[in-house]
Amino acid sequence: MGEDIFERQEKLQAYLQKTPFAEFLGFRCEVMGDEMTAILPFDEKLIGNGTIRALHGGATGAFLELTAMAQLFLLSDQQKLSKPINLTIDYLRQAKAEDLYARATVTKQGRRIANVHAEAWQSERSRPVASLSAHFLLESL
Amino acid sequence: MTDDPDFFDLVRQYAPNVINSVPYARTLGFELVDLEPGKAIAKAPYQAETIGDVETGIIHGGVVTALLDNVSGVSVIAALTEMKSTATLDLRIDYMRPAEVGRDIFAEAKCYHMTRTVAFTRAWAYHESKDRVIATASGSFALNPISNFGQTGIRRDIDG
Repeated sequence: MGEDIFERQEKLQAYLQKTPFAEFLGFRCEVMGDEMTAILPFDEKLIGNGTIRALHGGATGAFLELTAMAQLFLLSDQQKLSKPINLTIDYLRQAKAEDLYARATVTKQGRRIANVHAEAWQSERSRPVASLSAHFLLESL
Repeated sequence: MTDDPDFFDLVRQYAPNVINSVPYARTLGFELVDLEPGKAIAKAPYQAETIGDVETGIIHGGVVTALLDNVSGVSVIAALTEMKSTATLDLRIDYMRPAEVGRDIFAEAKCYHMTRTVAFTRAWAYHESKDRVIATASGSFALNPISNFGQTGIRRDIDG
């Protein structure tokens, strides 16, 4: 790998800044070395159920998907965010009308395919609201 | 699945709310296109704000995820024979090909099996027809008696 983690961090932030969908969601991330915590600040437009004030499953899912993509980008030498091949989202608890946090782990990075897991939580890290397991396609460089 | 035509009429009347009155679906511009017992079709318009790759202009996969989640949930509501609340348990999405730039995305979902507590769905996202899919999804939804929410009325079924 030609670049160090700090160059990857800068590239990731630059890439996210110019991605309209990341901006639309309000996706932010804090990177500490090779560890990243993603933040989805609460916004009214993310509500999926007005009666019980829950976040939309699609918002939680998209946030986990972006978190996994960002973590993979940080640890790989890819020049673009990788495309998902498939993903499974488990909805574990109702996501409340509050900020959402997530972290992802790259379980396996092969030559063509990477496997990434991610988990999202709100007030308690030990009580995740949703988890994601995904495969991404890696471009050969 | 729904053999009570009166109940389905009620569902038909309220189902558009499941998309129209949901802030996240409204922001993404989702529209309910068709509804039959156990089946729903919805549309996501191409919008500049939801581009995931500026170089190509392709919509982010997260929009397809949200659309498939939403339309699958509506197909469950369209299969109900009594009022229940629905909540997504899990959703698996397989991406077949990228969406084309500048084109609306449609998604069809079918609720193909339902027990007292769980409903199972399949869904397809495409531009023209299911012959050329952008993504497929399979989901499961938890069903809960409406009384658990302490409210009555089909509006309580509405869940993103």
